[in-house]
Amino acid sequence: MHPAFSVIFFTVASGAGFGLFSLLFIADVFKLGGGFSREQLVIGGLIALGLIVFGLLSSTFHLANPKNAWRAFNRFRTSWLSREGVFAVIFMPLALIYLVSIWFDAPTWLRDTSGFLAAILAWITVFSTGMIYACLKTIRQWNSPLVPANYLALGYASGSLLLLLGAVVSGLETLPYIAMSALIMSIAAVLKAIYYFWIGSPGLSPTINTATGLTRAKVKLLDTGHTHGTFLTEEFGFQIARQKAGLLKVVVFVLGFALPGLMLVWVFNQHGGEMAAIVAVVAGLVGASVERWLFFAEARHVVNLYHGAQRC
Amino acid sequence: MRLGLVVDLDVCVGCHACAIACKEWNASGTIGPLTDYQPYGAEPSGVWFNRIRSYEMDEYPNNKTINFPMSCMHCEDAACVTVCPTGASYKRPEDGIVLIDQDKCMGCNYCSWACPYGARELDRSSGTMKKCTLCVDRIYDQELPIEERQPACVLTCPAHARMFGDFDDPDSAVSRTVRERSGYGLMPELNYSPTNQYLPPRSKPVIPIGPKPKGGLKESIKQFANKLVRR
Repeated sequence: MHPAFSVIFFTVASGAGFGLFSLLFIADVFKLGGGFSREQLVIGGLIALGLIVFGLLSSTFHLANPKNAWRAFNRFRTSWLSREGVFAVIFMPLALIYLVSIWFDAPTWLRDTSGFLAAILAWITVFSTGMIYACLKTIRQWNSPLVPANYLALGYASGSLLLLLGAVVSGLETLPYIAMSALIMSIAAVLKAIYYFWIGSPGLSPTINTATGLTRAKVKLLDTGHTHGTFLTEEFGFQIARQKAGLLKVVVFVLGFALPGLMLVWVFNQHGGEMAAIVAVVAGLVGASVERWLFFAEARHVVNLYHGAQRC
Repeated sequence: MRLGLVVDLDVCVGCHACAIACKEWNASGTIGPLTDYQPYGAEPSGVWFNRIRSYEMDEYPNNKTINFPMSCMHCEDAACVTVCPTGASYKRPEDGIVLIDQDKCMGCNYCSWACPYGARELDRSSGTMKKCTLCVDRIYDQELPIEERQPACVLTCPAHARMFGDFDDPDSAVSRTVRERSGYGLMPELNYSPTNQYLPPRSKPVIPIGPKPKGGLKESIKQFANKLVRR
């Protein structure tokens, strides 16, 4: 699949935003590390909303006809893309009610209820983002429950690093935030490793024989019928060398998980403090972006069978 | 009604006439234009609803070239319609034709990801997805004589490799042909239940291609004379 940068940026930014918001709510409820002050909570919440809104806006850049983007809320009952949009839009007012009730010291039930519902919707929205890809039977590398699991784990991992940075800057007790981040990052790394292992073997996938129905003998492509390229070759023809993909997987694990993990140790040992937390956030987000790029680059659509691939 | 096409792989000669006729009809039809990018340039490309690829089956000396026209299969379980967030893609309940409402499409490409057959192509100039309409603006046209109320590709095929009809009617020509010739749908393991069916190439005896038998003295003289003339 052709990796579209607007979609990569959107999924990484909004995933981190939704993750940050949910974890901020948890930190607020349990007053982790002493608890953030009113202003700090609102600023953190606004940063999360900013990431989400920015991501959603950037996702419209890959539309060829953005003037009809508002119609995307139409098919909630069947389309995961539509569901994602609807859930993100329902999330927004609830999140704002939560932040406003923090700011104006509203009754606790309002603050907790709106925060809880917004956190649930954040989870559902990121799950929907993953399901956009996971529901496609045409792409073996995506048609897996590990995909929404990865989207959620990575979104929450990026969010936890952002929250840790907030805790460090705000001068809170960092231990609970380090523990939370370490736990989520470990889960995310393990899920990603299982995913990479899983897509390594083709399993029962379509072949050029089932694609053409000529199953009694070997089939190979003689002529694609076009001289230059087509929409299909542009959109689905992208292929990454196995070696390069392997190298990028190392980058994902080193930048996305190992380096932030090391920075957690540094923050714990009070080396560098803020600087270490910033490095963790940047490395985590860059790692997640590389992971997302690879997620698209490694996906092989079955239409490639008609363009000569023996198996997808 | 379940309208669709039958393509006879045994007969198709790979002339691309169906693709040209399709482009000609649909470029000025309800879903047109079918934009061309750099039609006379170094990298010609553009929107087509029907593409013909050629494959080689088996290996020498048993090999056979199969010309393979593909357009929208008008699947019964059309995932392109399911995933469409705007409702631009729809499947008509009355005849099973899958269409795209050009006024609603936002060009997100998601339906093309869901289609295993590569039937959907984005038109960069209009920013909308386009696909085979089964010539819906032709097959119901009361102004046309009844024998012309067929998709342009079927009408034009010089080898009669294409048929159009109703698969719900067990006695229609398409249903009967598919039954008799063991027609099949493509990539059945994905369970999209494509309506269009393909007829497999017939098994034919292998043509011997060994060295020609010698024709005796008369033949040798003839060959010698031919060589002289050629010089």
